[in-house]
Amino acid sequence: MAQYKMHLLVCAGTGCRASQSDEIIVNLKEEIKKQGLESDAQVVATGCFGFCEKGPIVKILPDNTFYTQVKPEDCAEIISEHVLKGRRVNRLLYEDPETLKHIEDSKHMGFYQKQLRISLRNCGFIDPENIDEYIARDGYAAIGKILTEMTQSEAIDEIKKSGLRGRGGGGFPTGLKWEIASKNKADQKYVVCNADEGDPGAFMDRSILEGDPHSIIEAMAICGYCIGASKGLVYIRAEYPLAIKRLQIAIEQAREYGLLGEAILGTDFAFDIELKFGAGAFVCGEETALIHSMEGHRGEPTVKPPFPAEKGYLGKPTNVNNVETFASVPAIFLKGASWFASIGTEKSKGTKVFALAGKINNVGLIEVPMGITLREVIFEIGGGIKNGKKFKAVQTGGPSGGCLTEKHLDTPIDFDNLLAAGSMMGSGGMIVMDEDDCMVSVAKFYLEFTVEESCGKCAPCRIGNKRLHEILEKICAGKGTEDDLTYLGNLSLVIKDTSLCGLGQTSPNPVLSTLEHFHDEYLSHVRERVCVAGMCKALKLYTIISDKCTGCTACIRACPVNAITGEKRQPHVIDVDKCIRCGACYDKCKFTAIHVQ
Amino acid sequence: MNKIKSLDDLRKMKQSLEHGMNIREKSNSPESLVQIRVAMATCGIAAGARTIMNTLIEKIEKEKIPAVVTQGGCMGYCYAEPTLEVRVPGKDPVVFGNVDTQVAIDILDKYVLNGELLDGIIPTNYLTINEQK
Ligand SMILES: Cc1cc2nc3c(=O)[nH]c(=O)nc-3n(C[C@H](O)[C@H](O)[C@H](O)COP(=O)(O)O)c2cc1C
Repeated sequence: MAQYKMHLLVCAGTGCRASQSDEIIVNLKEEIKKQGLESDAQVVATGCFGFCEKGPIVKILPDNTFYTQVKPEDCAEIISEHVLKGRRVNRLLYEDPETLKHIEDSKHMGFYQKQLRISLRNCGFIDPENIDEYIARDGYAAIGKILTEMTQSEAIDEIKKSGLRGRGGGGFPTGLKWEIASKNKADQKYVVCNADEGDPGAFMDRSILEGDPHSIIEAMAICGYCIGASKGLVYIRAEYPLAIKRLQIAIEQAREYGLLGEAILGTDFAFDIELKFGAGAFVCGEETALIHSMEGHRGEPTVKPPFPAEKGYLGKPTNVNNVETFASVPAIFLKGASWFASIGTEKSKGTKVFALAGKINNVGLIEVPMGITLREVIFEIGGGIKNGKKFKAVQTGGPSGGCLTEKHLDTPIDFDNLLAAGSMMGSGGMIVMDEDDCMVSVAKFYLEFTVEESCGKCAPCRIGNKRLHEILEKICAGKGTEDDLTYLGNLSLVIKDTSLCGLGQTSPNPVLSTLEHFHDEYLSHVRERVCVAGMCKALKLYTIISDKCTGCTACIRACPVNAITGEKRQPHVIDVDKCIRCGACYDKCKFTAIHVQ
Repeated sequence: MNKIKSLDDLRKMKQSLEHGMNIREKSNSPESLVQIRVAMATCGIAAGARTIMNTLIEKIEKEKIPAVVTQGGCMGYCYAEPTLEVRVPGKDPVVFGNVDTQVAIDILDKYVLNGELLDGIIPTNYLTINEQK
């Protein structure tokens, strides 16, 4: 590889590409050529830096300058000022929201200071379409070491010692899973990577596949060696075209180098990988449904046991792991199981990637050591709540998880603590809510998702979730009763107890956790017919404060249903029965004369 | 493209590839490295800062010196260009003025590697152009 004095890393993940990072890359390269700096500076298209809130990101090394919200037309200035003359382009630097100072070095950004990147170690650092950059960072050294120095059981022991648990939601110990699959005898076994990632708002797995596809290939090969499988399959949703493309390129390159195929690194180990595309159904992330979908059947779950490790793909022993789980595997072999086990809490080792979203300043992708508190994640890394509003709750675990509140802010995040607090780790979605979010509506949102995504095979999930959703709609429409709340709770427990698969067994969690932590909010919906957050339209009451009303008729003209009447220069009135609570009058009124309750 | 036929092949390949990534690896942990900032404004470039920078980078690579070279803007010592600032972890930064190729090599050999002080340090009580105004 050529030696450049400066590396310009540009995020080419799905997020930044949506805001023209492709053009930025082209422009930077052109400018470099124009200004004769080809041998000085290199432009690298990388995976996600995580700071998606302020994308597109251009990071310049070695000085760690972090330019945010870069536009294609900024490129000429970046090259002529920064690359040629060493002067940072101040207006593109990230501004600390508290001190309002420009931060020159990304190492000093609150967003990065508490992060620890293991699964994301190469994301935003290497060119994912260039296997050489992966190899330069010790890529494929882990599989090399294992094939030449370790027996299968030694390698499995290493994973067991590391304490790695599945990042796909369940948190099952990975080493144990591999051991079970390795002990089952068969003429063919399979390694499956679960890249279905169906949680709303989650993009951890996509970012890893886009930013560091070789780490998944290497880890799958390691798993293949450990359990005795020569075939790997990646089940990936077709809605991830960029991840698919990068993975395909990576597989091709690995084959060309002989790192996939027969006789890998001169040993008798053979392994290859094939992609299987999913149509984007949440239930197909459940491992038995996923396997059926790969076999060409309907994506419906079946009862476990038999577990995939006994009878999986085509009836053969199959080991299913999540993308992020695989991504930590090579690092464990390179740095040692005890290093990995030294990070995290007693029963949850290593790091976890979260997709931070909602009412938070720094929306993005983060990786933190297990055991970090929600407060650190939300207020330090996440930069606090947007627009200075008050924190209300944080939803973890997606449609299977629950809401945590103020009192959980100092709980160390790990698998067991989150479960004990009535939520779960899930795959890593983290949605932050503020005082304007109505918790009944939040529960309703998740149920809407589950109703849509339930495969319909078992009655509790198919019918039960539908009923839950109907009751929540009724409450939000101001027609709920206190009995409904009892009914919600009871039905939730029945669905959890009787559903066939993990989808139905967890789908009532958003209802149960909000019922528990925000009972008062449910009560005010059904008793006083008030939505404190002001989100439930039907519970809003619009009136005109006659003292403030100047009779300008702006609201009369704005009202789509002619619910407002009144003479010019006389106070107007809203007909409550006709009003559809759309808020158009409120937005139009220049004299704050519209009162909302 | 050649197949990698053994772990040895892979290791050799890694070695030949890693120097291309060195700059990136180094900037991942700048606190632990000696940081050398070459003033590369118009005044610096005119006085030959680019050659100095190349000399530094080549020597650092060749001798695997734990240092990273970045470029900076004008530090205000235009009368003493080329100038460079050296930050050894745990020590106050030092600015050298009127640096030529030989001085650059001496800075690495003597100051960075052995902690010896050299001529050419611009004392901190000197005024920058901006302060003189
Ligand atoms: C409804 C449902 C959806 C799931 N979706 C995913 C998914 O998108 N990705 C994933 O890795 N695991 C998902 N899982 C978990 C998988 O069934 C399985 O436990 C996991 O892939 C195992 O990998 P791990 O041990 O590495 O976590 C889902 C489970 C359920 C019940």
